[in-house]
Amino acid sequence: MARPPAPAPTTPPGPRRPTAPPSGPAHRRRPSRDRVERRLIALGRPVVLAGLAAITLGPFLFMLLLSVRPIEDLLLDPGRPWPAPDAVTADTYREVLRPVDAGGQGFGTLLANSAGVSLSTVALTLLVAVPGAYAVARFAFPGRRQAQGLFLAVYLFPSVLLAVPLFVIFARLGLGGSLPGLVLVYIAQTVPVSVYMLRNYFTSVPVSVEEAARVDGCSRLGTLWRVTLPLALPSLAATGLYVFMIAWNEFLFALLFLAADRELWTVSLGLAQLAGGIEVPKTVLMAGSVVLTVPVVVLFYLAERLLAEGLTAGAERA
Amino acid sequence: MSERTDARRPVRRPLTLARREGRAGLAFVTPTLVVVLAVVVVPIAWTVLLAFQRTRLVDLRTAGLLGRWTVDNLTAVLASPGFWQALTTTLVYSVAGTAASVALGLVAALALRRPFRGRGLLRSAMLLPYVAPVVAATFVWQVALDPQYGIVNVLGTRLLGWDGPVAFLGSRGDEVGLFGATVTVPTALLTVIAFETWRYFPFAYLFLLARLQAVPRDLEEAATVDGATPLQRLRHILLPQLAPVIALLCLLRLIVTFTKFDDVYLLTGGGAGTEVVAIRVYDALTARYDLGAAAAQSLLLAAVMALVLGVYLRLLAPRLEAED
Repeated sequence: MARPPAPAPTTPPGPRRPTAPPSGPAHRRRPSRDRVERRLIALGRPVVLAGLAAITLGPFLFMLLLSVRPIEDLLLDPGRPWPAPDAVTADTYREVLRPVDAGGQGFGTLLANSAGVSLSTVALTLLVAVPGAYAVARFAFPGRRQAQGLFLAVYLFPSVLLAVPLFVIFARLGLGGSLPGLVLVYIAQTVPVSVYMLRNYFTSVPVSVEEAARVDGCSRLGTLWRVTLPLALPSLAATGLYVFMIAWNEFLFALLFLAADRELWTVSLGLAQLAGGIEVPKTVLMAGSVVLTVPVVVLFYLAERLLAEGLTAGAERA
Repeated sequence: MSERTDARRPVRRPLTLARREGRAGLAFVTPTLVVVLAVVVVPIAWTVLLAFQRTRLVDLRTAGLLGRWTVDNLTAVLASPGFWQALTTTLVYSVAGTAASVALGLVAALALRRPFRGRGLLRSAMLLPYVAPVVAATFVWQVALDPQYGIVNVLGTRLLGWDGPVAFLGSRGDEVGLFGATVTVPTALLTVIAFETWRYFPFAYLFLLARLQAVPRDLEEAATVDGATPLQRLRHILLPQLAPVIALLCLLRLIVTFTKFDDVYLLTGGGAGTEVVAIRVYDALTARYDLGAAAAQSLLLAAVMALVLGVYLRLLAPRLEAED
């Protein structure tokens, strides 16, 4: 603490090339400008970092703190973000999770719905996306470029444009208010992204490993199943996780297809309906938000590095 | 197995490697292709049909797939009150939201590039807004910005000396004194743009950081030796390296933001000057069961998007050729 801060370096670190010394009037100013910029950056960086930490963590901390506050405590002193020490309560969570017939908000059922929809979406999406991604990554076949272009085009296609036709088709098929119907809609949105991510992974599995398996008598499908997929398992997990996130967080289609039937609501939809409906204390809403956020954030941190790599693969080469 | 057959009948030559590859590729890609066609391409094609037909949801069980062609939907949508306003709002929202989120993502990536104590923690915290469910994220903002008990307004009036609480999400315009002049700012629209920036800058940050890690070290070292200052290195070395990723990010974000529904709907419900076209599509669909109008508007959205994409490719094509 008592030590004074180290002075900013006055000259750029690293050896100066003796053969090419800065010369001429244009170069003479450089060191001082360099020093000013370095000092500004040294001072500004902690400020920027603190600001970034505040805007990313702050809202979620705020959500957590509000969720354990009784509503009276909030109304009494809205300017204090934390609850009075003796007022901390878990009643908000109890109310959110208690079944509807017991006077609660029944989020247990909604969590189960969301989990079911999201996990089915992950399983079916991987089942559909793996062969396509593998084909695009590995084989030269007629129409490969077109197939790749199509996958990219649908990847870029916004989901709101799908809302109209899917709404119509579902009304016609009578799938309007069903969870399997919702899973189908989600597959439409996740398969293209998954093909894109998985393709990047498959290209990074060395061809020689697969050739060895082929020489040993493995079929194409056997090679994919026994050799490539185990090698790409972390990547499969990352893609699956991303799909899970999309399905778990989705709101528009749940609203379009499920709004009428409370038994089928997902957590996102349930929370939104709760806010729009009869008076529910904001603190209970925040408890609901925490319940909605925690599963996806926990899963995300379990596989954070994988996911970051999967999403940005290709950015390095772009 | 096939080898033995081939050996017995030498006349019929085995498939060339290339042809076998091709067959295997087609076999593998077919299931994926079928699903994508069925759940994405066919529905989109149907949107186009619906946009040119006079259809409401009640007619749907009787009406055929084809027939009763008309451009009424398009003309009605173009002439309907508020459409052009909504299109302008959508443009402002998506361009500003994209630019700001990519810019903030760049700042974050640069700030977190070099190791420091607590970087690991901050790196994972940085992705929270992007990972969190949109419903939860919009709720926190709503509660924090509430004019009555929201902490932002309470602290603003108490500590920062605001005249009164600001209706961040409910006010179409507020007068703000700026350098002595009074300017009217679209408060709710700006708040929605700020939310967009906050929620999606982690996405840009992720891509830009990945690209930054791949910039060769010696490039910057050489520049340092030659006397380049930090800002000069950023301007002449890092930014050119990042340019393709920045362009790609802008395109991706623009496309997604342009058709964004849930963020705006959950924050303001489309009120107070924040009605974007996606919300109009939703309203036409659910409030009026007017499939034609909904389809026509989403088609117009797609058309503007295709335009943006076309301009982008036109601008980018020469540069790509130059790089080859």
